[in-house]
Amino acid sequence: MSVATLTIEQVQAGLAARQFSAVELAQSALEFAQAENPKTNAYLHFCPERALASAERVDRKLAAGEDPGPLAGVPLAVKDVIVTKGVRTTCGSRLLERYIPPYDATAVVRLEQAGAVILGKTNCDEFAMGSSNENSAFGPVRNPVALDRVPGGSSGGSAAAVAQGTAVAALGSDTGGSVRQPASFCGVVGVTPSYGRVSRYGLVAFASSLDHIGPFGRTVRDTALLLETMAGRDECDATSAFAPVPRYSAQLDGKIAGLKLGLPREYFEGLSSESGDRIQQAITLLQKLGCEVRDISLPATKYAVPCYYIIATAEASSNLARYDGVRYTTRANADTLSDMYRTTRGEGFGAECKRRIMLGTYVLSHGYYDAYYLKAQKVRALIAEDFRRAFAAVDAIVAPVSPFAAFKIGEKVDDPLEMYLSDIYTITGDLAGIPCMSVPCGKTAEELPVGLQILARHFDETTMFRLADAFEKAGGCAGSN
Amino acid sequence: MKITEPEVRYVAGLANLQLTDSEIARLQKDMDEILTHMDALGELDTSAIEPMAQVLYQSEEATTLREDQPVPPLGSEVALANAPLSGSGYYKVPKVIER
Repeated sequence: MSVATLTIEQVQAGLAARQFSAVELAQSALEFAQAENPKTNAYLHFCPERALASAERVDRKLAAGEDPGPLAGVPLAVKDVIVTKGVRTTCGSRLLERYIPPYDATAVVRLEQAGAVILGKTNCDEFAMGSSNENSAFGPVRNPVALDRVPGGSSGGSAAAVAQGTAVAALGSDTGGSVRQPASFCGVVGVTPSYGRVSRYGLVAFASSLDHIGPFGRTVRDTALLLETMAGRDECDATSAFAPVPRYSAQLDGKIAGLKLGLPREYFEGLSSESGDRIQQAITLLQKLGCEVRDISLPATKYAVPCYYIIATAEASSNLARYDGVRYTTRANADTLSDMYRTTRGEGFGAECKRRIMLGTYVLSHGYYDAYYLKAQKVRALIAEDFRRAFAAVDAIVAPVSPFAAFKIGEKVDDPLEMYLSDIYTITGDLAGIPCMSVPCGKTAEELPVGLQILARHFDETTMFRLADAFEKAGGCAGSN
Repeated sequence: MKITEPEVRYVAGLANLQLTDSEIARLQKDMDEILTHMDALGELDTSAIEPMAQVLYQSEEATTLREDQPVPPLGSEVALANAPLSGSGYYKVPKVIER
């Protein structure tokens, strides 16, 4: 048994055949992860007691002949913006360095009920703000594929853990591409479900109208299993959807002939040639599998970056107002209440959080609200309308995830606007609230992974998973140079 | 110029953020560049467009309000466990009213 390459299916098969117990698997996964972690800094902390307790529950059920659940014994990493009762949750921020949540996120509860074994919490950009994982207060994550490069962000630790083999699967969060982009940089599968599909209860808020919890895995099927287990209405999140949750994993039959795929021309401008070649190859493969490909246009795409960074920063400035030194563990010394607020926040937040709080406060401030925030909400409607119109003619959209593959650590830290612009292909899906994912589609000449993005209609994750799974089974993930 | 240094200081005050002089200078440059980029939205005529505040989707009619049944609360001890300073079941903060 090698923890580093197991899939969920293999974990289930190994447990069923008594090749290993859940406790044995958890122990060896923890040992391996703790030994390997210094290479990448993917995990911020481990929770061995909780992991072993979960694994023991699985073993007891197996011994009693009970169903241990579809994720029985699966070693899982959870991004440190998702709260875990009694287990430190820092959001990658000094401000929450000692924060111990008094409750579990709904997604965590559902995955553990299904038998998942949480090994620890993964590094991320502070409060999920960033595209390279260089904004963590606890140091950057290194990409396991190339240690001098970023893993992407903000869920860089979760993507890196799955790629490095220190978790079988992981949870991340996506507000503007924070699951798909690191998945593409690290060569794993990453899924952003429809807005409302997964409860946000227990996901520390960044931009509430855009935040999603999404899974990472080594295979499409693994991510489908995770999503179907944690999705569905939750009373604790009023925006979680009532829509029934299909068993995605049971519908991966490889039959995708006849599906109509749209190629949005705006997503191929400004794409690096190497990544572009891999995407073109992927499209050729999908055509061979019987998909019908047509060019489409999503004309509002060029406005997506300004639109996103107005809405996301506005919501962030409001959501981060709560970190004022009163409730959450960290307080600066000050004589007056207002000095305490200002100093706690000034000392506690990192540069990127400050930049976004400032931008968000500015665009919401008196005299600018209509020009920025209201305008951006209207442009958001245009972006959503682009997709609605496109999906009248096609079943799914295929596109790149990022304009380029993983870049060097430090390469872009001094240019925030350039970093924001690199989110162009992923933020549109979040603005529209549609399901989207990244599936590996080969590597560049430097052996850096490239991701293919698949976007589908609201709540049609099924088509998205079926397409990605057929592509994976046809060898699309290996690509060719 | 989209934003001046006094404006940056004013916004930092609104956001309750204490910033150093070098942070102010850096933010003025960054915000100026980013806000200039955001001006692109002005090209679009959106006078007839309804703003989108939330992702809306078709769904069966459903009641989004749960039944109002009392459930055990967290309790003040648990809720205050992460407080930097608490006492008598409350959060404590520096004095705001002089006697």
